[in-house]
Amino acid sequence: MSNSILQYSSITKKIVMALVGLFLLMFLLVHLAVNSFLIFDPSRALFNEGAHFMATNPLIQSMQYFLFGGFILHIILGLILQIQNWLARPVRYKIEGWSHTSPFSKFMIHTGIIIFIFLLIHFINFFFVAKFGEVPVFADTEMEDMGLLVIQVFKIPGYVAFYVVALILLAFHLHHAFQSAFQSLGMNHSKYTPFIKGLSTVLSVVISLGFIAITLVIFFSSRYQA
Amino acid sequence: MDFTLKIWRQKDAKTRGSFQTYKVTDISSDSSFLEMLDILNESLVLKGEMPINFDNDCREGICGACSLYVNGRPHGPDTEITICQVHMRKFKNVGTIVIEPWRSKAFPVLSDLMIDRSAFDKIIQAGGYISASTGGVPDANAILIRKEKADESMDAAACIGCGACVAACKNASAMLFVSAKVSHLALLPQGQVEAKRRVQMMVAEMDGQGFGNCTNTGACEAECPKGIKLTYIARMNREFIAGKMGAQKMDL
Ligand code: HEM
Ligand code: FES
Repeated sequence: MSNSILQYSSITKKIVMALVGLFLLMFLLVHLAVNSFLIFDPSRALFNEGAHFMATNPLIQSMQYFLFGGFILHIILGLILQIQNWLARPVRYKIEGWSHTSPFSKFMIHTGIIIFIFLLIHFINFFFVAKFGEVPVFADTEMEDMGLLVIQVFKIPGYVAFYVVALILLAFHLHHAFQSAFQSLGMNHSKYTPFIKGLSTVLSVVISLGFIAITLVIFFSSRYQA
Repeated sequence: MDFTLKIWRQKDAKTRGSFQTYKVTDISSDSSFLEMLDILNESLVLKGEMPINFDNDCREGICGACSLYVNGRPHGPDTEITICQVHMRKFKNVGTIVIEPWRSKAFPVLSDLMIDRSAFDKIIQAGGYISASTGGVPDANAILIRKEKADESMDAAACIGCGACVAACKNASAMLFVSAKVSHLALLPQGQVEAKRRVQMMVAEMDGQGFGNCTNTGACEAECPKGIKLTYIARMNREFIAGKMGAQKMDL
């Protein structure tokens, strides 16, 4: 597979990158919605039901494969694009350009790699534990108490600090990414593009701040006990 | 006006280059940037040194030959202008001017500030042409073209192929150049015969020449002396998608 990816033209790679990126964005929104259940219902019942639904619904479960595949594809393509981009300028300038440009676009690989490291840690903390570890049962139901797991992790200061930093970098990634995906897909319109750019800013701030707020509320509030 | 110049000197394509420092004094604020370099070159010749090689031809912003990366910007400090049209008064309070060649794998340095841009010619050869019947001169206005399309095509055709987009791009990508060339033909009826194939061929050649990919950063648009817009890159991507899917050309 990787051989054929290498043979994709530059535009094909960007188009796939954009489509997959937009799909990953959907996942972020769903994930944020489920997380917010913990805030609306500190008893964890709502969140646990949400998590139980996500873990047992066959449609969601099959989407999981697309999600993993999507991440892998996005990362491989991102790396290939970036390496080609570095190779395209073997001798650098003495004075680097300071043209007026989309600032976060220059750091997509850096923010991306931090997000990737974050994802790995996140995975080990939650996904593996849920799939293979021991999670206590919630109250007198059959559901696993995923909410408790989340609260336990979100009480660890070091983890929360890293989480916040990673999510700010995610905002940087998304700020450029969302509107860039439309341009890659050939959608640039004098009337709608300014709106898409605004939406890109709103989405990146809402997603990042949303996750951060939930984490901080759990960390600081005594209503959540690990 | 007095300036300290740090200029990239490189004997030929095979020799390693380095920056050399020169002083120029008593430069008129009304002299052009290239005239300032001419003055420096004359003084170098008088001293028996090799003058600095730099591309230039029309010196009126239409040929696309001049190509200097000045203090971190292709074509210097002004916008929508080539370096041949920049006057030294733009460098008020700038003591040191660093002049570099375009840096891109696809544009090897031939000597000093002169680069080989034949990669652009190869891209044009790959598809930047139309098929036209020979014979008598066709009547003017025989083919009707909507005003908006004609304007958009003309704006794309303003590209002089100087390569500032490649020079400005953090990825040394040629997407703005190629998109201008694809668009100005794709927008006109005369360009339809090869429309689907053209974009595929030109993009393939662009990739093959070793240009980078597009991150939609927008440095190209900001530095283009002819004001070519990112919308042309989106248009090229549309043409590309339509061509790949074998669809009819999308009339967007
Ligand atoms: C939830 C996570 C992520 C989302 C929603 C996301 C979304 C996106 C989107 C929509 C784009 C724009 C594509 C375009 O310009 O057409 C993009 C670009 C990019 N992403 Fe991500 N991404 C995520 C994670 C990652 C990760 C983990 C990496 C790791 C390497 C990464 C690396 C990149 C790079 C390098 C680009 C720029 C590619 C280029 O234009 O040169 N992303 N991302
Ligand atoms: S010398 Fe012709 S455009 Fe500058």
